[in-house]
Amino acid sequence: MEAFLDTFFNGAVLARYAPSILQGVWVTVLLSVLIVVSGIVGGAALACLRAYRIRPLSALIVIYADMFRALPPLVLILLVFFGLPNLGILLSSSTVLYLILTLVLAAFAEEIVWAGITAVPKGQWEASRSTGLGFTQTLIWVILPQAVRLVIPPLTNRAIAITKMTALGMVIGVPDILGQATTAQSFSANASPLMLAAIAYVLLFLPLVIFSRWLETRFAAPGV
Amino acid sequence: MTQAAQEAVAPPTLVVRGLRKSFGSEEVLQGIDLTVARRELVFVLGPSGSGKSTMLRCCNRLEEPDAGEITLEGDPVTGPKVDVNQLRRRMGMVFQAFNLYPHLSALSNVTLALRKVRGLPRPEAEAMGLTALDRVGLKAKAASYPAHLSGGQQQRVAIARALALEPSVMLFDEPTSALDPELVGDVLAVMQDMKAQGMTMLVVSHEMKFARDAADRVIFMDAGRIVEQGTPEQIFETPHHERTQTFLARFSGRG
Ligand SMILES: Nc1ncnc2c1ncn2[C@@H]1O[C@H](COP(=O)(O)OP(=O)(O)OP(=O)(O)O)[C@@H](O)[C@H]1O
Ligand SMILES: [Mg+2]
Repeated sequence: MEAFLDTFFNGAVLARYAPSILQGVWVTVLLSVLIVVSGIVGGAALACLRAYRIRPLSALIVIYADMFRALPPLVLILLVFFGLPNLGILLSSSTVLYLILTLVLAAFAEEIVWAGITAVPKGQWEASRSTGLGFTQTLIWVILPQAVRLVIPPLTNRAIAITKMTALGMVIGVPDILGQATTAQSFSANASPLMLAAIAYVLLFLPLVIFSRWLETRFAAPGV
Repeated sequence: MTQAAQEAVAPPTLVVRGLRKSFGSEEVLQGIDLTVARRELVFVLGPSGSGKSTMLRCCNRLEEPDAGEITLEGDPVTGPKVDVNQLRRRMGMVFQAFNLYPHLSALSNVTLALRKVRGLPRPEAEAMGLTALDRVGLKAKAASYPAHLSGGQQQRVAIARALALEPSVMLFDEPTSALDPELVGDVLAVMQDMKAQGMTMLVVSHEMKFARDAADRVIFMDAGRIVEQGTPEQIFETPHHERTQTFLARFSGRG
């Protein structure tokens, strides 16, 4: 028991590294918020572009979405982080993590929102167009609000999954929760910082998971 | 000129000439000629698949006609340079399935086009929206969402949505076919009231009693053509064409 406590809850180690892990929390939160906002906005924008059914444009969007959904994000992160400098492009590890996870989330969000757009009945388009609204106006005011409501559950689940992937930043040295914790762990030769990281993740993400449950029930009711 | 004199020289509200439309190899409209005069209610009858909906939907170009010419108050509806959104604003359409926007309240359903197409500020749009809802007897339901309205109420909100734009003509595609029988009356009463107020209307429906009471002219369509037309009395009492007779015989139990 003592060994267990000493390994995972060593008071001295916890006290010493708590501040740096707290810094990591802010990095994780900031990255997550930026990734979720830009990823979902970007994905929804791509889905809207696809609604215009301009063949070459739609094809490009589909290729992009399929590529970024097929490739493991870690592969992309390593490829960009270690590849771009050879082309003379130097990006910080946080920037690379942000870019890749945003692109991955946007790819998933595009597919999810597109499914929502196609699920809105044709009669909605016709009713709106028959009152004189244009294609874009109909998309924005009539179709998209309904499409987004339909796909809120898968969209939140995907967003949560992506924010958890910020932990991948550790491999390229992003000072997020896990990055700080692994650094602390190697200096202290003790697992307590990792335990602290786990606790931080639970405190951050459990409310999000509960929130997504609430969203699902809230938007399950039709016509609200 | 007096108003009556102006109306006498004004072009008919809706003119359709030689309208043709095919889906694949099937020619659904085989040359439709139709004129709807100002304040006239033209009632369209015909068997399923005869092209009634397609004809209506060509009038506001929800379907693109293959050939033919359509004018609204003398303004071309068909043709490459036409601003179809501006024209649609002047033609209200009511659908069998209501097609209310489920994410918007009854009032917002009615005001959306007023704000986005006519560009009215919210307070003005809402005042007009409430007037339109009042005309269909649903001012009290302004804040309700479609899911909380009966089918009949939903269809009346849909009528208000079209009416609010002050259209020159209203197109109805089987407005009561999706309704429980006990809810049909309210919708027909609203339509009859619109007719009394002088609205020009083109109505596809199977409500024969409504046709007798409110229609100025009844048109019978079959296989993409207008087979016969006349006053309700002529069509219902002494139909000339055999296909009209067969069709009406099947409906004799109703209306
Ligand atoms: N978008 C479409 N694509 C292919 N065929 C269509 C389309 N719309 C209508 N049709 C066909 O055109 C024909 C006429 O259809 P339409 O809906 O105009 O008939 P209708 O007289 O309104 O019939 P109903 O009384 O059943 O509503 C039918 O054979 C139908 O299958
Ligand atoms: Mg029809």
